[in-house]
Amino acid sequence: MDKITRLASEKGVVIFSKSSCCMCYTVNILFQELGVSPVVHEIDQDPEGREMEKALMRLGCNEPVPAVFIAGKLIGSTNEVMSLHLSGNLIPLVRPYQRAVS
Amino acid sequence: MELHPIMSSKGMNSPSAQFVTPSRLGIYEPIHQLGTWGGNIKSNGNPSTSTPMIVEVDTKLDTQSEDTSHGTFPPSNKYEQEASKPVDKIQRRLAQNREAARKSRLRKKAYVQQLESSRLKLVQLEQELERDRQQGLYMGGGVEGSQIGFSGPVNSGIAAFEMEYGHWVEEQNRQICELRSALQAHISDIELHILVEGGMSHYFELFRLKSAAAKDDVFYVMSGMWKTAAERFFFWIGGFRPSELLKVLHPHLDTLTDSQFMDVNNLRQSCQQAEDALSQGMDKLQSTLADTVAAGQLVEGGCIPRIPTAMEKLEALVSFVNQADHLRQETLQQMFRILTTRQAARGLLALGEYFQRLRALSSIWATRPREPA
Repeated sequence: MDKITRLASEKGVVIFSKSSCCMCYTVNILFQELGVSPVVHEIDQDPEGREMEKALMRLGCNEPVPAVFIAGKLIGSTNEVMSLHLSGNLIPLVRPYQRAVS
Repeated sequence: MELHPIMSSKGMNSPSAQFVTPSRLGIYEPIHQLGTWGGNIKSNGNPSTSTPMIVEVDTKLDTQSEDTSHGTFPPSNKYEQEASKPVDKIQRRLAQNREAARKSRLRKKAYVQQLESSRLKLVQLEQELERDRQQGLYMGGGVEGSQIGFSGPVNSGIAAFEMEYGHWVEEQNRQICELRSALQAHISDIELHILVEGGMSHYFELFRLKSAAAKDDVFYVMSGMWKTAAERFFFWIGGFRPSELLKVLHPHLDTLTDSQFMDVNNLRQSCQQAEDALSQGMDKLQSTLADTVAAGQLVEGGCIPRIPTAMEKLEALVSFVNQADHLRQETLQQMFRILTTRQAARGLLALGEYFQRLRALSSIWATRPREPA
C-alpha cells in the first residue's frame, strides 16, 4: 500500500501501532532506551486504518501491529525486534537514528 | 505450593517404605558418600539401600562409648612403636584424639539426623504431589487455592499442563544428573554437545507447553501456582527473569575469552533493556485495564464502540506471556551461542541446579517445624 510505504520511508524508525496496544508501547520504549525516537502512526486513529491494517497483514506480519520499519524496510513485529536486539544486530541498524548525546 | 495443612496431620517419624531414588532428589546424592565416613558401617549385613545404612550409623554412634573407639584410632601395634617416647606425651595425644573423635562423631550424628529428617519430609511431599497429579486436580494447594476460585469445573487443559509439567521436572532432574556425571567423567565435546542440545530443547519444550496453557488460562500461567513457592517469589510475567538467568550463569563461566566477555556484557545489557521494556508494557496494560474496568467497558456491545474492552486487554496478556517466554528462549540461545560446548554444559548444570535448589527450598520451608500458636 502506498501510504504504508510512504510513511515508512519518511523517517528512520517507524512504528505502526494502535493507541490501545501495549505491546506497541513496549517496542517504542525499547527504542527509546536505545536513544531512538521512533515515529509512531496509530492506525486505529487514521481514517484509512482498515486499509493500512490489511496492507500490513499482506506484508507478512502475523499481527498488524506493532509493525516496525527501519530505513523504509520492514523489520517485523515484537518477536523480530527482540531477537535482533538480543543477537546484537539491532543497534547497528538504528545507529544513524540515535539521538545525539548532549 | 503450600502443602503444610496436609503435612501437619502426618507423623514424621516413620520412614516410608518406598524410597525415592537419589536421582529424583538430585541434591541428596551425598548421602551415599556417608558410607566412607566410618569404618564399620558396611559390616552390618543389610541390603544396600541408603536409609537402613544411615539408621545403622546412628545406632553405631549411640552404642560406642567414648573410650573404646574403632576405625578412627591408630591400631594397637602403633603404641609399641611409640614406647620409647615419654608416656605422658602419648597419653596426652591419645586423649586429644579421643576428644576430637568424640566431637566428630557428635557433629556427624547431628548432621545425619538433620539430613535424614529433611529427606523423609521431601519423600513424603513428593508422594503427595504424585498422588495429586495422578488425580489430575488443580494444584492450588492449601489456603491460596481457594482464593483463586478453584470451585468451578476443573479445566482439563490446565490439568494436562500440570501433569506435563510434572514430567518435565522429572526429565529435568534426570538430565541434570546425566550432565553432572558427564562433566565429571570428562566425556568428549561431541557427546557433551548432544547433552547441551538436549538440555536447551528441554527448556524450549517448556515454553511450548506454557504457550498452550496460556491460551487456555493465562491467569493460571501468570499466577505461577504450577511452580513451587520459592520459584514464585522470583516470578516475572509467567516465569523466571531472563536477567536472573544470566546472573546465575555468570559465576560458573571461569574461562571467558576477551571477545566472549564483551559478548556476554552486550547480551546482559540488551536482555535488561528488553526486560525493562516488557515490564513497562505490562504496567501500561495494568493501568489501561483498570481504566476500562472502571469505565464499565467489560465486553463488546457496550455503549462506546471501538474502544478496547477489558476482555481485549486480557487477550493482550497472553501476548505478553508469550513475549516473556520468547525473551527467555532468545537469552538462552544467545548465551549458548557465545559459549564453548564445555562452558555451555557447565552453565546448563548450574542453571538446572539453581532451580532444583529453589524447589527443594520450597519443600523444606513448607515442612519447617512451626511454633505452637
